[in-house]
Amino acid sequence: MTATPIYAPLEVRGLTKHFPAGNGLIDRSRVHAVDDVSFALRPGTITALVGQSGSGKSTVARMLVRLYDPTSGTVYFRGHDVTGDRRRRDVLRYRSEVQMIFQDPFGSLNPVKTIRHHLARPLTIHKRVPRERIDERIHELLVTVGLEPPERYTEKYPHELSGGQRQRVAIARALAAEPTVLIADEPTSMLDVSIRVGILNLMLDLKERERLAFLYVTHDLASARYVADTVLVMYAGQIVEQGPSERVLQSPLHPYTRLLLASVPDPAVPVRERIEVGKGGASAAVDPPAGCRFVERCPLRVGVCSELTPDLITAQPAHSARCHVTAPAPAIREDLHVEPTR
Amino acid sequence: MTAAAHDPQRSAATRKTLVELRGLTVAYDDVVAVDGIDLTIGAGEILGLAGESGCGKTTVANSVMQILRPPARIVGGSILFHDDELTARSAEELRRYRWRNVSIVFQSAMNALNPVMRVGDQFVDMMQAHEHVSKRQALLRAAELLDRVGIDGSRIRAYPHELSGGMRQRVIIAMALALHPELVIMDEPTTALDVVVQREILQQIRDLQGELEFAVLFITHDLSLLFEVADRIAIMYAGEIVEEGTAAQLHTGARHPYTLGLIRSFPSLTAPLERMTGIAGSPPDLASPPAGCRFHPRCPHCTDEESALHTLQTSVRPVLRAVGPAHRVACHLVEQRG
Repeated sequence: MTATPIYAPLEVRGLTKHFPAGNGLIDRSRVHAVDDVSFALRPGTITALVGQSGSGKSTVARMLVRLYDPTSGTVYFRGHDVTGDRRRRDVLRYRSEVQMIFQDPFGSLNPVKTIRHHLARPLTIHKRVPRERIDERIHELLVTVGLEPPERYTEKYPHELSGGQRQRVAIARALAAEPTVLIADEPTSMLDVSIRVGILNLMLDLKERERLAFLYVTHDLASARYVADTVLVMYAGQIVEQGPSERVLQSPLHPYTRLLLASVPDPAVPVRERIEVGKGGASAAVDPPAGCRFVERCPLRVGVCSELTPDLITAQPAHSARCHVTAPAPAIREDLHVEPTR
Repeated sequence: MTAAAHDPQRSAATRKTLVELRGLTVAYDDVVAVDGIDLTIGAGEILGLAGESGCGKTTVANSVMQILRPPARIVGGSILFHDDELTARSAEELRRYRWRNVSIVFQSAMNALNPVMRVGDQFVDMMQAHEHVSKRQALLRAAELLDRVGIDGSRIRAYPHELSGGMRQRVIIAMALALHPELVIMDEPTTALDVVVQREILQQIRDLQGELEFAVLFITHDLSLLFEVADRIAIMYAGEIVEEGTAAQLHTGARHPYTLGLIRSFPSLTAPLERMTGIAGSPPDLASPPAGCRFHPRCPHCTDEESALHTLQTSVRPVLRAVGPAHRVACHLVEQRG
């Protein structure tokens, strides 16, 4: 994924975030919320970061927009290490280029301010257009996100809009800063079913039209398949599988990805036979011991799985997984003459 | 799971009617949230009720449970439980009816459990409110019930915050089953959980339901889930039922444009990838619902303003009509085309 001549707008290497889990005095255990995560976001592509709640996906998103500082690891913006940037000017520039859309369109807009105010603010802060062009630009932004005619919306307050319209305003606000990277954390999960598709389609349009590099954080695999070019699957703080979305979702390597896929209700599959799934425990990310973090729930486990942490191994072109059985490292493959336990 | 549970013949014909709603109308002050709906729940059946937020599905649940709070009140129609009118019952009769005859599982288990009380004690409270039972007996029963839903019985000593989201939801389900009700209402029981836990809980609900034979009114916005879990499905839009049928009928032969739109709003994991359209517009404000068919402003088949159909769609409320055995649709277009 590295070694391309043109820098990706945003790339992370070895991104790690630990939170204290105990009381800090006697109990110094730490939650490995994010452990050694690396990926690059490219213009005109949507990368989906999927996993269940607690897998660390939102923590990754928050580190990318600098709401959290990483414990270790590096964030590269257009090839420059920006992890340590503290100067206001640098931070402001980074924030204008890397914008975030939150899950809750009700909580992320100020109830006492008009839509015009929400969109004018980033334009002024990031000095994107001269003062006299602000209204014109607000109209353009509203049209871009499908709120037409724009003059019907500018003087409205958030409570006068539906959930879907509010999320569109939030997207327009993110676009106002003219970002190159857009991070959307579960942008549709609080919206009604019939409106979700509209927001997903808007993401697809923006990717094409504005050549944005998108990170789409979600637990919804079907919507990830619908919009994403690349899928990253997270489990207990680690990326356990990554690759082109059709490959990951149609021929998954990691047993966790398979479990997730088997759990999704799918209207295209007729009322189907129930699939027995392993009991879901809390994710094993508090002071994780060596070995695979999925081992206790894994139907494919072999001896080595509880001894050695698997690396992310490229098993198919551009498709890698963290599993000793389905994507073994060469050294492990030699030893792996043991039959799976089940 | 036995095949019988999914047998539409059984759910349509041979089941005894447990709950029957006739023209149920519920209003919040002037806003009519549920507008004259007819619906039956058969004994031992899983009836799915699907619709978007604000369509009235939770109001239906609260009406059946008889826990509507002002300003909400039933302004018309009736609710029959075993052919007996619920709306005529006294407060004391209703207190005994709730939880013993019909129980409810809400979306947020965290809000349903008391955070400063051990799980076991919450069972004791609930049981002692309805039966003469000693604390010891009640705790024993609680432990058994927890075992049943896959939680170690010793966890009766746990506080809610010591349990995961999925476990808390199981506790609530165990509580809902404690007095052997004939109907368990589940209002978005798995919406707050992630897919893997959701699937485990759905399996558990089906297993328990097959074993204990209670009926379920399963309320959700997620139609794809109902195709797997429900025997029959009713679709609600803007306070009305627009289509009902067996899960299989709606899965393969839905007729109402809204149902079809809902089905097309879920991306698939396996079908060929194509651009989806969802449903244009958003649900109406129930304070002033559109005249005629309430779906007409969003309906892809309501465009030709010159046609007689358009006049019908925009002025006359369609009623549910049978289009097949146990399959009913409220749509002028379907009625015209047969």
